[in-house]
Amino acid sequence: MKMKKSRILALLLALSMCFALAACGGDKTPAPETNGDKAVLKLGFIGPLTGGAALYGESAKRGAEIAVDEINAMTDGKLTIEFNPQDDEHDSEKAVYAYQQLKDQGAQAVIGCVTTTPCLAVAPDANADRMFMLTPSATSPKVTEGRDNVYQICFSDPTMGNESAQFIKDKALASKVALIYNNADAYSQGIATAFKAKAAELGLQIVSETTFASDDEKDFTVQLQDAKTKGAELIFMPIYYNPASLIIKQAADMSYAPKFFGCDGMDGILGIEGFDKTLAEGVMLMTPFNADGQDDATKKFVESYKAKYNGEIPSQFAADGYDCVYAIYNAAMASGEDVSKMSAADFCELMIKTFSSDTFTFSGLTGENMTWSKTGEVAKNTTVFEIKGGVYAPM
Amino acid sequence: MKLLRNHRAGLDGFINYGLVLVFYFIMQFLQNGGNLTSTFTSQLVPICVYMIMAISLNLVVGISGELSLGHAGFMSVGAFSGVVASASLMESVSSAPLRLALAILIGGIVAALAGVLIGIPVLRLNGDYLAIVTLAFGEIIKNVINCLYVGLDNAGLHISIKSAEALGMDTAGKLLINGPIGAAGVTRISSFFSAIVLLLITLFVVQNLIHSRSGRAIMAIRDNRIAAESTGLNIIKYKMMAFVTSAAFAGMAGTLYALNLSTVVAKKFDFNTSILVLVFVVLGGLGNLRGSMIAAALLTILPELLREYQEYRMLVYSIILILVMLITNNDTLKDMKQRAVMKIKTVLNGSNKSTKAKQAGGAES
Repeated sequence: MKMKKSRILALLLALSMCFALAACGGDKTPAPETNGDKAVLKLGFIGPLTGGAALYGESAKRGAEIAVDEINAMTDGKLTIEFNPQDDEHDSEKAVYAYQQLKDQGAQAVIGCVTTTPCLAVAPDANADRMFMLTPSATSPKVTEGRDNVYQICFSDPTMGNESAQFIKDKALASKVALIYNNADAYSQGIATAFKAKAAELGLQIVSETTFASDDEKDFTVQLQDAKTKGAELIFMPIYYNPASLIIKQAADMSYAPKFFGCDGMDGILGIEGFDKTLAEGVMLMTPFNADGQDDATKKFVESYKAKYNGEIPSQFAADGYDCVYAIYNAAMASGEDVSKMSAADFCELMIKTFSSDTFTFSGLTGENMTWSKTGEVAKNTTVFEIKGGVYAPM
Repeated sequence: MKLLRNHRAGLDGFINYGLVLVFYFIMQFLQNGGNLTSTFTSQLVPICVYMIMAISLNLVVGISGELSLGHAGFMSVGAFSGVVASASLMESVSSAPLRLALAILIGGIVAALAGVLIGIPVLRLNGDYLAIVTLAFGEIIKNVINCLYVGLDNAGLHISIKSAEALGMDTAGKLLINGPIGAAGVTRISSFFSAIVLLLITLFVVQNLIHSRSGRAIMAIRDNRIAAESTGLNIIKYKMMAFVTSAAFAGMAGTLYALNLSTVVAKKFDFNTSILVLVFVVLGGLGNLRGSMIAAALLTILPELLREYQEYRMLVYSIILILVMLITNNDTLKDMKQRAVMKIKTVLNGSNKSTKAKQAGGAES
């Protein structure tokens, strides 16, 4: 009997928990009530908010939310934004559902997806429906390929690889280069492939090329040993910051001190808990955003981000998300049309026209005077930073 | 008595076909009336896919009684071979439904071959060992496809496990499977109708297998291996039959799934997907095809319905799972259900009797 009672109690508890949770859902940011005669633009967002890639999606979402808050708080603004983030769990099937949800809820344009694979799944649907997509960080060129309605605010993988090789060559950083990348990751592989081709063209010698297959990998001594014995002076690693930090640590352990060069995925390496930051001294990375930047826009963004999210330092993904919102906002304002009554298809045509026009430029946190080609690729300057005294210093 | 049981089994099977058809017609009706949200429309094919997965896994876990944790591996094999088949047939077969049917068939055959290959060593094992090996198999498939490059050009198919450049394609070549990036730019040819047809075929084959002589042998092995063996049943043969049939349908479901999305990656078919399908089966009831179908449909729709709870939806989802487990296993509730069913039966029987009596009375007078 006692047994039975406790079971019923458990059932009741679970039920009550269910209702309690149900009560506290929904963090869709509605447009402010008192928006007077301001027009409302419904912006959707798709990114991984749960699962293994949640870190990137959550950052981009937070960045975008800061931009939305700023725009909605403008006293003289004519446009407010209703922001609707949806989770894709870094999965193509779920991303399609998320997109359809946004469509059902009347989104006029989509910021996303944050990661490449979901983006590739959603883009054909968005293209067929004529829904404008601006991705903060899906870097594969396949995302925009053959679709006039999909734009990127980040560099594509080949651009990143080419520019890195060019930079290493121009600054004469090294003549013998080792390449370590994750061959199970589209981003890493995309950059590495372009880098290899460009390096061959420029006469940079790649003496060692090694791979690993998961960002959970813990031991890189084999790769490092290979680079060391072949005399590489610089290790190019287009990978995310977690494995990168381990590589740097393990190289120091085997008293091998090459130069390290990474891409935007390495941004965040200084924020890793338990990582000895002094080891990262001299590490170079090509990333569009610098949270230590001294310009007003960056300072303001970092400040509001820290204030809103418990002192967390925004990553490059957050800056990308922030820029996406402003790019669409600026484009909508530049057109001078009333976008609030527009259907998604009309808004899409308007955005395509504005973004691909020669006169439209956008300056944000991740670059000055960005312009877009008709294919949706962004053109902006690359910036390389060197870690000096625990902060990024421009090179 | 035997006749009665067969009759009952047949009726059970027909209820399943009926349910699927009712589902199809309701959805068609709603869609034509424009009453279906685009979210739900996009879920129709995946729902059927997961139903097929659940039915086929139920054949192994419920009927054959072997815990398989690598079912997504077969789905993966089917998905990628289906994508390659569909792309290769693009020129020669212009009709999309026919191409889809051929691709599904090829996906099923390749997955069945994988099933035979895996089955030979695996089915000599029992219980936990079998679970572990199937789990490993799922991971192996994932990793193999992760480094598989397949391209198509005028000379035919090129396959490499090194890199896209190693394929040596001519300039007109198209990359079908690009290692970890998976298959991108898949031409989507799956339709709800084709999914329903495949679901019906799956039900037909699996139900007939279960109610056949072989099916009874499979269940006998599940219930008591030693007793079954002593009556002269070939254990490996019957286990293999269930395992390979299950693999083939998982492969077909995989093809259907892949050709419904424009991009598939090997990572999708990992341990979690295998467990998800296992959850459908366990929740719906081991050996209960209808239950697992319903569970698959509900658990596919549920996360989308919970979207308004944003970050809490995963929690709500798991709590609902626990609740369902508690409720379906609650003895008091089971008793109540049993009593209710008995009551309805007696009432029905009673009214039958009384009408019969009335009729009889009427005839007399």
